[in-house]
Amino acid sequence: MRKVSIVGAAVTKFGEHWSSSFRDLIAEAAVKAVDDAKMDGNEIQAIYGGCMASGRFIGQEHIGALIADQLGMNPLASTRCEAACASGSVALRAGYLAVASGMYDVVAVGGVEKMTEISTEEAAIALGGAGDQEWELFMGATFPALYALLARRHMHEYGTTEEQMAACSVKNHANAVHNPYAQFQRAITIGDVMESGYVATPLKLLDCSPITDGAAAVILCASEHARKHTDAPVEIAASGQASDSLALAQRSSLTELNATKVAARDAFRQANISAKDIQAAEVHDCFSIAEILAIEDLGFFKKGYGGKASIEGETALNSKISINTSGGLKGCGHPVGATGVKQVVEGTMQLRGEAGKRQVPNLTNFLTHNVGGSGATSVVHILKRG
Amino acid sequence: MHNLLPLIWRNITERYRLLGVHCQICGKDYFPQRRICPVCRRKGKFVPKQMPHEGKIVSFSLVHSAPSGFELEAPYFLALIELSNGVRLLSQLVDSPAQKVAIGVPVKMVFRKIFEDGPEGAIAYGYKFKVVSGEGKKPAGKKNPRKMAAVNS
Ligand SMILES: [Zn+2]
Repeated sequence: MRKVSIVGAAVTKFGEHWSSSFRDLIAEAAVKAVDDAKMDGNEIQAIYGGCMASGRFIGQEHIGALIADQLGMNPLASTRCEAACASGSVALRAGYLAVASGMYDVVAVGGVEKMTEISTEEAAIALGGAGDQEWELFMGATFPALYALLARRHMHEYGTTEEQMAACSVKNHANAVHNPYAQFQRAITIGDVMESGYVATPLKLLDCSPITDGAAAVILCASEHARKHTDAPVEIAASGQASDSLALAQRSSLTELNATKVAARDAFRQANISAKDIQAAEVHDCFSIAEILAIEDLGFFKKGYGGKASIEGETALNSKISINTSGGLKGCGHPVGATGVKQVVEGTMQLRGEAGKRQVPNLTNFLTHNVGGSGATSVVHILKRG
Repeated sequence: MHNLLPLIWRNITERYRLLGVHCQICGKDYFPQRRICPVCRRKGKFVPKQMPHEGKIVSFSLVHSAPSGFELEAPYFLALIELSNGVRLLSQLVDSPAQKVAIGVPVKMVFRKIFEDGPEGAIAYGYKFKVVSGEGKKPAGKKNPRKMAAVNS
């Protein structure tokens, strides 16, 4: 296995892009990433694109070839990767493995989702495809409801409160204020979350990540050639991925995501570091409870203490550990297929020292954690300077 | 919800009768039915088995924002239920007053309409659960006052 580095990284503005199409978003992210790598594009040998549900959102499948065509990159091999909301991270992992194996020297990885062309109700059905349609969505479950079941059980076993969950949303909005690419560059309070109305008890509207359009892209290169393209390469030090049942009812535990624990264990082993060596991370906060589960399952906080740590400010920017410097899925937005790639773009900017007012100083490692559905897929990447 | 007719029809005996499978090699029960035992894989040997109709609530949520096909019922309780043989499933709760819905409370299966696939579409029937009244005097969750406080907050 060869070492692999990120030499170019870019995101589009996240939000409701009424005037930009799916194709516009891909092109914008890709062109910016290629420019960032100081390439003309001819160096790229293959493309991997993460996208969850374009068939539902815009009626378009066959996204791999579409991306290559729209970028003027025919006849390069171009492959769509799908793992629900973890699609971006599995695309990154495919690109990483392709370069690490020696198959290619330079590949482009993108993630994209255009979610606002259909109604919120139709978008909820599309996102429901991440769960067990036959046995759980069929019974009247929604994604907020599935995470609500996890939240209720966490409250029961550990005394986690609705205010503690709200604190995750508040902190993520506070970080998003400093991110020009974020969907919501505005602060909210715990009171705002508590008064935002129940979607599925105990989760309220402001516990939930939004519907978002956006794209992100990175250029991967064999580390031995990375300095030809950038003075500040970021190495992918580890890539872990694990699976679990789509159905919540089939899980061994409701207070942890086992796939996250396994992906993290594998990633820490590959990078030869532990959770204590991480000072900043992007974690999958599709719902506020998901951030609490993540910071516990990744080993940053003891099981049951994630809520307490969140409300006491231990996950705020430049505190004990800076969680979701970009604003996370809640503040930055969650174009599902793009999120995993965006997390890695944020990690790259942080490790290069280019994150502006949300910069965490003197970083050596950065962790990204991306979940598909309610935990049936979990992907953890560890980035480091060099 | 669209094009669900084959799915509704295919799973009818499982949904109507709570019919799962039992692995004769490892002794585990599964619902819904599986083709391959996750413990024994190819060595497993399944026979059909009726699941118990009684269980208890493991977690629950009152769903306010309902998906299409369920709008008329909102808000409704959704619960993760552990049957008396340890098998878990997700189901709606019906005929259960909100103050009686809590973790650990005993429930039993009832047969109900699940949803209508559009005004002229198929109607799906299957299991829902209801809180067992009278037996709910000493649910498991009430042993620990701190835990109950968290449930009710
Ligand atoms: Zn078996």
